[in-house]
Amino acid sequence: MSRILQSAGERRAETHPLTWRLHDDQSPVLLEEYLDTQGYAAVTKALEQHTYESLTEEVKSANLRGRGGAGFSAGFKWSLTMKGEGVPRGYIVCNADEMEPGTFKDRLLMEQQPHLLIEGMILAGIANRAKQGYIFLRGEYHLAAAAIQRALADARADGWLGADVRGSGWDFDIALHTGAGRYICGEETALINSLEGKRANPRAKPPFPGQSGAWGLPTVVNNVETLCNVPGIVNHGADWFQALSGDLSSDGGTKLYGVSGKVNNPGLWELPMGTTGNRILELAGGMRDGLTLKSWLPGGGSTGFLLPEHLELALDFDTIGKTGSRMGTGLLTVVADNQSMVSLTRNLEEFFARESCGWCTPCRDGLPWSVKLLRALEAGEGEAGDIELLEQMARDLGPGKTFCAHAPGAAMPLASAIHYFRDEFERGITRPKGEAHADPIPVGSV
Amino acid sequence: MTTTATIGTTIASDGFALDPADREMILEERAHYPYPQAACIEALKIVQKRHGHVPDGAIPAIAETLGIRVADVEGVATFYSLIFRQPVGRHVILICDSSSCFLTDYEALRDAFIEHLGIQVGQTTADGRFTLLPVCCLGACDRGPTILIGEDLHGPVTPDEIPRLLEAYA
Ligand SMILES: Cc1cc2nc3c(=O)[nH]c(=O)nc-3n(C[C@H](O)[C@H](O)[C@H](O)COP(=O)(O)O)c2cc1C
Ligand code: SF4
Ligand code: FES
Repeated sequence: MSRILQSAGERRAETHPLTWRLHDDQSPVLLEEYLDTQGYAAVTKALEQHTYESLTEEVKSANLRGRGGAGFSAGFKWSLTMKGEGVPRGYIVCNADEMEPGTFKDRLLMEQQPHLLIEGMILAGIANRAKQGYIFLRGEYHLAAAAIQRALADARADGWLGADVRGSGWDFDIALHTGAGRYICGEETALINSLEGKRANPRAKPPFPGQSGAWGLPTVVNNVETLCNVPGIVNHGADWFQALSGDLSSDGGTKLYGVSGKVNNPGLWELPMGTTGNRILELAGGMRDGLTLKSWLPGGGSTGFLLPEHLELALDFDTIGKTGSRMGTGLLTVVADNQSMVSLTRNLEEFFARESCGWCTPCRDGLPWSVKLLRALEAGEGEAGDIELLEQMARDLGPGKTFCAHAPGAAMPLASAIHYFRDEFERGITRPKGEAHADPIPVGSV
Repeated sequence: MTTTATIGTTIASDGFALDPADREMILEERAHYPYPQAACIEALKIVQKRHGHVPDGAIPAIAETLGIRVADVEGVATFYSLIFRQPVGRHVILICDSSSCFLTDYEALRDAFIEHLGIQVGQTTADGRFTLLPVCCLGACDRGPTILIGEDLHGPVTPDEIPRLLEAYA
């Protein structure tokens, strides 16, 4: 039934480091098969040939950028972790909370290739001198939980986890922590609070988690896909990783790109970083039912809307960043010409309003207010000035105005929808300021 | 029955007694973390698995088992959307209301569920069989619109499939 991973050609170890082992029937790659296919070779290599500094340096020079959405260099983050003589060993936390609307990539990696994630976490553990790893998995991912539990037990039984990993004298173990809902748990400091068994309110930065994170110890939080890229880098080197994206992008590696919405063939592909939106949409078979593409989100609900002409661009962090949007998670959500931008924006802001942790006022009170205004526009009952008010709210929710990046994430689709599709919003205004409306236009009409 | 929480207050646990097996599992979870509070979300989920929801009396019982404050357990129990503080139906239907499913006709599916079950989102059917709740993106957007019933992911689901789909959940 699931169509989740699709191929654009043969998948090989050298070109598809994240997915080459995957089975067509989607069953998980178990330990024995993983070991037979270069599995845990990177851990052996790291334990034999690397210091924590040289390992960090390798990941840094590969320019592996965080796949959780922000694109921060993983190696650079690791180089900032407090470690060394006299510093207590801390934690590696895998962010497996995947709840960003439109994002369905980490689930695939965890359900079908849990050992790749575990291997990546062990390597991150070595590089950051951590004593323990936690996989923070959202509670609804039952299949992933089962696959990870099995893989952790198998890896432990085979000596890859636990005391004295493979006779190296180094101890490291990983535990699975499953969540209980709430999108905000994906924000890395909220995630740490949640891991500690508290309400998932974000924490102030600084101190950054790498200085003082879980239980006050140095903590590195990385996304599932980020960590799954590490074994390949250690096995084949930073230059190989860079070369995977060739001339397409200055960022290295491949990316799990996907498409959802009204396309003929929605799905997920591992492609070189910097592949264009046009190519990805082509793999997705184009729009279905004779529809035309009107707009798209490059990587989840907290990224900004773009136009069809932007599909020519390389989908990487810097290129998409220059448009004013963000690449985010790199999974495209496409909007068809007969779908209302006002309704879709209302749906997104409802999501952000419900998922606000409630800590700061612009987010807690502003988002429900924006939903109210958007609902009025949607029903053709908007009044003059509503659009300007929404624009002001988007500014007030922007970076630096609130405690965490949840509110700026909510502001992005709101501001960009008005910017590119102002006429659709204007059609919802049927009365001057303060006056009762006359003829409502139908809900959701464009 | 009463339980004494560590801060010294005595809180009635309304006749609730933690199942010995659950207590065991909670103590096992506690061993995974450096501090006991970290196990409280898992503890709530363990209780919920047995009772369908988290009865009021379970809050002080969990606090006592983990040796943490009642208020800290209560604070967590009210924050997370998958911890149910009221009875729910035998099967909880989580319907994804996020953007990709919205674009693949989630609203029509939601309305069909409302009509078929005769309840609004957030309610439980009179026979106690189903509760219908919204959920964030289920990470299966390529199959939208999606729902999760118990541990089963379904998608894409069309309105006319609902009766047949629900037959499997008695
Ligand atoms: C509201 C909010 C939700 C987030 N949700 C996730 C998530 O589900 N998964 C994730 O990997 N990162 C998420 N992030 C980003 C994390 O805060 C963090 O940047 C990321 O885990 C770092 O890992 P990376 O550098 O490997 O990408 C979220 C951020 C915000 C502000
Ligand atoms: S911006 Fe929103 S989610 Fe973030 S801390 Fe403030 S209220 Fe909480
Ligand atoms: S938006 Fe519904 S599964 Fe992602």
